[in-house]
Amino acid sequence: MKLSTIFKNGVIKENPIFVQLIGMCATLAITTSAINGVAMGLSVTVVLIGSNLVISLLRNFIPDKIRIPIFVVIIATFVTIIDMLIKAFSPALYSALGLFIPLIVVNCIIFARAESFASKNGPIASIVDGLGMGLGYTIALVTLGIIRELLGAGTIFGHQIMSASYQPALIMIMPPGAFILLGALIGIFNKVRSKKASSSKTEA
Amino acid sequence: MKLFTILISTIFVNNYVLARFLGICPFLGVSKKTETATGMGIAVVFVVTLASILTYFIQKGILDPLGLGYLQTIVFILVIAALVQFVEMVIKKTSPTLYNALGVYLPLITTNCVVLGVAILNIQEGYNLIETIVNSIGASVGFALALILMAGVREKQELCDIPKSLQGFPIALITAGLMSIAFLGFKGLV
Repeated sequence: MKLSTIFKNGVIKENPIFVQLIGMCATLAITTSAINGVAMGLSVTVVLIGSNLVISLLRNFIPDKIRIPIFVVIIATFVTIIDMLIKAFSPALYSALGLFIPLIVVNCIIFARAESFASKNGPIASIVDGLGMGLGYTIALVTLGIIRELLGAGTIFGHQIMSASYQPALIMIMPPGAFILLGALIGIFNKVRSKKASSSKTEA
Repeated sequence: MKLFTILISTIFVNNYVLARFLGICPFLGVSKKTETATGMGIAVVFVVTLASILTYFIQKGILDPLGLGYLQTIVFILVIAALVQFVEMVIKKTSPTLYNALGVYLPLITTNCVVLGVAILNIQEGYNLIETIVNSIGASVGFALALILMAGVREKQELCDIPKSLQGFPIALITAGLMSIAFLGFKGLV
């Protein structure tokens, strides 16, 4: 498989949030602002690249029967490193993301990629896969973050966008807004995809 | 009184699924039938409570005295994975009926963030052993409640005429949003 195909696969065709619907917990919880989305997305990307690389390098040494605990330890190691880095360099971010940094360990995306990609492919392809999936995840998080921040607080990345008379729709920053917005976005995504599929069918 | 407050607040006000977003994957994945939702709910209550007690002792007995706090994530996830495996074996040996009811859900619980989330939160909040147990029971009962309610709604939705692009997950998420709004009504309770 070509590297560009693997990369595109992660960002668009198998987008972890909109298509595979995995890794939902953090997605819904931390996207109250765009900057949180960027931070979480990048943290997951780094962990994903790291764990994919190590697992792919070790794939011939890991016995099949105990692969799951080994994957968990590798992933947890990277998560701990990220956890400490964020704590040291950006305490504000650390308190915003809070519990969801250690919870990257149980984020299904990382596990799913380890199991279905890194344990079967070479190191370079695995890094590209991690990068693609991570970016796809980040894009989805930032999209959600921007919409929620704009509607809920009238700002994007902390800059005032809406005019002062705009009454922020608080519900968007609160938990219900996250569920409803993500539901609506996936609905729109499905609609666009089914339209594309039907139009390409009529052309053929 | 404090214990009662913790219980009510974790079940209703700060429901782990609808207000804190822990355990969304199983919440959306196994909420198609009330029966399976109940099974999953009971299994989670069982595992979360056990895991919290165990991780409490590990944190206080091993990690804190030795200054190994930074290993928390790694140790906890391993303990949870081992515990789930162990519980599965014990139930299989001692009670085949219970195993038939819960067996399929047990492996799924390892990657359920409620378990790890509650274990870490208990330590972060500085709860003592009794509070830890109450908080874990509250959290997991809250999870089970949300799961079973959701399954009830989704069973009815099967019969509804839903736009094609919203079928499945999107409508489930929107339903969860509405449920979450309903749970916001408990805010004044504590």
